[in-house]
Amino acid sequence: MSETEQDASPRFDAIVVGAGPSGNAAAYVMAREGLNVLQIERGEYSGSKNVQGAILYADALEKIIPEFRDEAPLERHVIEQRIWTMDDRSHTGVHYRSDDFNEEKPNRYTILRAQFDKWFNSRVRDAGATVLFETTVTELVRDLSGKVIGVRTDRSGNPIMAPVVVLAEGVNGLVGQRSGLREELKPDTVALAVKEMHFLPREVIEARFNLQGNEGVVIEAMGTITKGMTGTGFLYTNEESISIGIGCIVEDFVDSAETPYGLLEAFKNHPSIKPLLAGSEIKEYAAHLIPEGGYRAIPQLYGDGWLVVGDAGQFVNAVHREGSNLAMTTGRIAAETVVMLTRKREAMSAANLAAFARRLEETFVMKDLRKYKGIPNLLHGGKAQFFGTYPRLISQAMQTWFRVDGVDKKTKENAIARSFREARGWRGMIGDTFRLVRAWR
Amino acid sequence: MTGSKPLHSVVCIKQVPDSAQIRVHPVTNTIMRQGVPTIINPFDLFALEEALRLRDRLGGSVTVLCMGPMTAEDSLRKALTFGADRAVLLSDRYFAGSDTLATSYALSMALEQIGRTFGTPDVVFTGKQTIDGDTAQVGPGIARRLGYNQLTYISKIRELDPAAGVLTVERRAEGGTQVLETRLPVLITMLEGTNEMRRGGIDTALAAAKAEVTIWNAAAVGIEDLTRCGLRGSPTIVKKVFAPSARSEKAVMIPVEGTPYESARAVIEAMFARLPDVEAQLLETAAQSAY
Ligand SMILES: Cc1cc2nc3c(=O)[nH]c(=O)nc-3n(C[C@H](O)[C@H](O)[C@H](O)COP(=O)(O)OP(=O)(O)OC[C@H]3O[C@@H](n4cnc5c(N)ncnc54)[C@H](O)[C@@H]3O)c2cc1C
Repeated sequence: MSETEQDASPRFDAIVVGAGPSGNAAAYVMAREGLNVLQIERGEYSGSKNVQGAILYADALEKIIPEFRDEAPLERHVIEQRIWTMDDRSHTGVHYRSDDFNEEKPNRYTILRAQFDKWFNSRVRDAGATVLFETTVTELVRDLSGKVIGVRTDRSGNPIMAPVVVLAEGVNGLVGQRSGLREELKPDTVALAVKEMHFLPREVIEARFNLQGNEGVVIEAMGTITKGMTGTGFLYTNEESISIGIGCIVEDFVDSAETPYGLLEAFKNHPSIKPLLAGSEIKEYAAHLIPEGGYRAIPQLYGDGWLVVGDAGQFVNAVHREGSNLAMTTGRIAAETVVMLTRKREAMSAANLAAFARRLEETFVMKDLRKYKGIPNLLHGGKAQFFGTYPRLISQAMQTWFRVDGVDKKTKENAIARSFREARGWRGMIGDTFRLVRAWR
Repeated sequence: MTGSKPLHSVVCIKQVPDSAQIRVHPVTNTIMRQGVPTIINPFDLFALEEALRLRDRLGGSVTVLCMGPMTAEDSLRKALTFGADRAVLLSDRYFAGSDTLATSYALSMALEQIGRTFGTPDVVFTGKQTIDGDTAQVGPGIARRLGYNQLTYISKIRELDPAAGVLTVERRAEGGTQVLETRLPVLITMLEGTNEMRRGGIDTALAAAKAEVTIWNAAAVGIEDLTRCGLRGSPTIVKKVFAPSARSEKAVMIPVEGTPYESARAVIEAMFARLPDVEAQLLETAAQSAY
């Protein structure tokens, strides 16, 4: 770009691309610390591009806005977690419910992303950042040495300059991909999830899920509901609605003839789920990608004049279904790194921004992702067992065990053991267990 | 107006629930406004674009005015992003529940205050109507109170001669287009589909993001008699709100396969099977025209 163009360009201390949880965290922290921040979001408002209904993990947000509980739009705090393995007609569940979760500062909440993100972004603006909506960043601007010095948008006019650009553009961040900062998404490391919101009066939700006041329940399910594909289903209770969804690895959708919507319909009609939704009215339907490649899929996270945070950096823990907390944490630490360098008047060079990656190593983000680095491959490679064979075997075993039909218990035990052996063989089962334990460690 | 004073247009915009996304509560039958996204009343955008075009041609400034809750600031900021120069939000709990009478009263008081603060408006714009009220009464109500000439259902501004203070417009009327001329100051209600809203450039968007929206309550615009505002100042009574009952006839799916000819044939046969009269009539006509 020409010098005159540069002179006429608006200037900021930092530019944040995207106003999801990671971008909001980054922009908020930098603005609060006095930097002149510009945040650019292509959606009509923060959260408008997001899939509704999610779980908010309080800890990550508390580290950014300690008093968030007083003002953020929260739906219910989670007091009960149900984990189900399902075959076509049954589910076997582990339920954990505790009154301890009815604490003064609850640990997890259900939220509606459109409302929550909007609130978070209002705090970003209150902190002094300039926020542009309905504006898409199309390109990074670089100087002759290749250092990123600003962005261009789809609005007419000069580029906007800043010594550092924080890319918080979400899972399919095209700016980073097009600029060659990271590779395109691969179909075997990204899941496609579809989700619906179902309206139900709050009394019905409370009666149906055995809840009082703002208590909430989360169900996570795996099994034949994904028709042999790698994926999970989920159901969250909101104040006056239920979020229900299901997601699978994109490559599996391509290989099978299944459609995401078909899976969701079948899940909703499963005999264990259907009564929970009875009488509800669909409010919204949406689909979104989730990066699930884990540790091995994490791209280069920094360079001269740029950083990557949130889903764009593949920061999702698919095993525990955590994403927004990793997004907020990476956004916060990126911001703290930029604030530190700005205060010391040091350059936003790759060498200096490397402090971001080093600090991440010390947090749960990298520790958890490293712990589970083998899981994506394991589940994907063994999807027939983990999402078909075992859930079916478990259901059959439960049925054999609980049905009282004159057969003695010893014979039942043997039958159950035989069913597992015949389905997977001793070696298969030992192998699966071994691999699972190794991947989990 | 005199030739030297820059042209000042004010566009009244309303924040409305996006009617495409409104639901009626299945149990209580009330409109569920909660969680429904809001938009600028689509008709008002045509008014805003027309005002911006006037400014492009003649200079001057465009003020946007909105009466509504504090959240309506979002809509005003959006109007600034399109290119308006300043925004005024008229907000007070006393305005809640206003009908068209109370609304046009409050807005006309705000317009007078805008005149005192930023210069007398030469042209006041409103959309033809709102999508959530459909009355089309507020614009004329404002004109009457301010003593402005009024031009309703305008499709185009042909010409504005600032020196002479004369405005020429096209007005859609039954059977054709009227060309009307009037003297400033004037209130215009704009028809839909008459222009296309522009997209503000990066400088406009940045300025809009940083702009302060002026917020006035009833007292700030000089309203002393609060009985003329809100529910108390609104003689209109909504007797009943109901969801129209679903139409009894259902869409019918006609499964077809094979060549286009076979598909067309299957569709026609299925239609005739349901509407034998039509088939008979068509056959008769065909038979007649054959001779
Ligand atoms: C169905 C589903 C359920 C989930 N459930 C949970 C859950 O329960 N709990 C949880 O913690 N996580 C959950 N996640 C994951 C979570 O949503 C993400 O991890 C989180 O949103 C990532 O935040 P982010 O800010 O990195 O990206 P995003 O939230 O995707 O935000 C990116 C933003 O950048 C904007 N943007 C992109 N490109 C540009 C551009 N060029 N210019 C301007 N703006 C741009 C987008 O419009 C978007 O607003 C779920 C995800 C899905 C799909």
